[in-house]
Amino acid sequence: MHKGFLTIYWRDMLRFVRFRTLLFTSLVQPALWLAFFGVAMSNNFDRLTATMPAVPGVRAVGYLTFIGAGVIAMTTLFTSLFGGTVLLFDKNWGLMRETLSSPLPRIHIIVGIGLSAMTKSFIQAAVIMVFGLLLGVKFFEGYTATQVLISLIGIALFIGAFSLGFLFLSAAIAITMESPEGMQAVITLLTMPFFFTSNALYPANSFPPVLRALSTINPLTHLVSGIRYFAIGSDFSSIGIRYTYTQGEAVTSFIALLIFATIMFLIARWRFTKVTVT
Amino acid sequence: MQKGRVIIAGHDLRTEPEKVRESIGIVFQELTLDRDMTVQEILEYHGRLYSMPKSQRQARVDELLSLVELEAKRNVLTRHLSGGMKRRLEIARGLMTRPNVLFMDEPTIGLDPQTRIRIWEYVQDINRQGTTIFLTTHYMDEADQLSDYISIVDHGQIIATGKPWELKNALGQDIIYLETSDNQGASNILEGLDTVRGVRDKSKGIIVMVNVDGTHLLPEIMEKLQKRGIKIRVVNLKKPSMDDVFVHYTGRELRDTGTEKTVVVKPGGR
Repeated sequence: MHKGFLTIYWRDMLRFVRFRTLLFTSLVQPALWLAFFGVAMSNNFDRLTATMPAVPGVRAVGYLTFIGAGVIAMTTLFTSLFGGTVLLFDKNWGLMRETLSSPLPRIHIIVGIGLSAMTKSFIQAAVIMVFGLLLGVKFFEGYTATQVLISLIGIALFIGAFSLGFLFLSAAIAITMESPEGMQAVITLLTMPFFFTSNALYPANSFPPVLRALSTINPLTHLVSGIRYFAIGSDFSSIGIRYTYTQGEAVTSFIALLIFATIMFLIARWRFTKVTVT
Repeated sequence: MQKGRVIIAGHDLRTEPEKVRESIGIVFQELTLDRDMTVQEILEYHGRLYSMPKSQRQARVDELLSLVELEAKRNVLTRHLSGGMKRRLEIARGLMTRPNVLFMDEPTIGLDPQTRIRIWEYVQDINRQGTTIFLTTHYMDEADQLSDYISIVDHGQIIATGKPWELKNALGQDIIYLETSDNQGASNILEGLDTVRGVRDKSKGIIVMVNVDGTHLLPEIMEKLQKRGIKIRVVNLKKPSMDDVFVHYTGRELRDTGTEKTVVVKPGGR
């Protein structure tokens, strides 16, 4: 098998670790989200919901724990959506000519860059989790070591499928666009609906019907639910609302993410066949 | 590809594009080096793109860095290299996979004379080692010095092909430039001579291409013109250069419009 995608992966990771600033900010930024937004909102919500009766018979978790999963998902979304930008720069600076004029099948460029975005997402998720646990996020509470391990694998699978999907989308945009400014604008525009129609920061149950429908087809919702399923449990309550999420629903979410990634891959592949070098 | 057929190193571009890609190397006109990678990584990356095994890659990197004299810069980011060094690195990259055919698009553009000469030496070295080189250039002296075959391309069409001396000989043995009191009259008189191959008008004077040794013909010509009452103001005699060849075929002075190009071909030994 041609291992060309590993070459693309190697180069992208090389640049990722080479630029200390980039590495540092990409790790610190999500931690700051959790530290500032998470702690501030958590205090507010916990005070507002202090008078509400707890849902009997289920474990109640604080807001910080609730949005812990949301922050991981959000970071994965941003990293993956911006992950394709490197392709736009490569294209504009003529660097891509070398790659495109080589015998490397173009599909390897997409796969290689996808794997590197996935790796970055894993690293970030791990950092947020460790940082979150220090801040008081109650992930994996009462789990045995085996359960923690299984949960981590489950979370990794969800993050992996999700990050690939959005990276492919990002790659397709990058290869189609001409200017970095344009790409920035398109991606910023895209993040809004994905982010705010998801259940990352607040429960989606009380959305008006249209938003709720959007939330159901939003990949970010599926990722967040998946992470919560593995990190918190299948039945818990937070800010006075009960969440249940069965194993079957988790599997459905994962399949949804896989389908999303596949569609995005096909779109990216199609956009790449259109690229010509001059 | 719009029409026609391309065969490189025995492979048809239409049916075996992958094979063609494997047998060619390209040095692009603009610099295409990742600023954020080191010299060694640039070559490594290229070797990996062509699935070269690791041991071969390493040996080749050492060999090429010494060829283009960049050993000392091995672990330096390319953003810190000078223009000439970047160009040399790109040439090394083009050679990484030992291509049968190397395309170089104006490799010496914008370089200082020393670096230019150095790059010429590499090109000749590589050629001796068996790589066929297609080199495009606007510098006629470069074409003249380096090439075995030259094609002059004008508006996308090849308008002349030949060995450098063949192209130059087509213009005659010598070229005489004259400015006279009556250029038109002089031109009419000279065109009638057997020893004159052709006369062309310039803005202030005329160019006379001659079939024989110009040093002997020139006094004869001057005498003839003076007899007819034509005064000669300026005289110049020279051997035809590639610049003259270019002007002769394209009908205009060299300028960088991007429509004309000289393709130099150096067939490799193997």
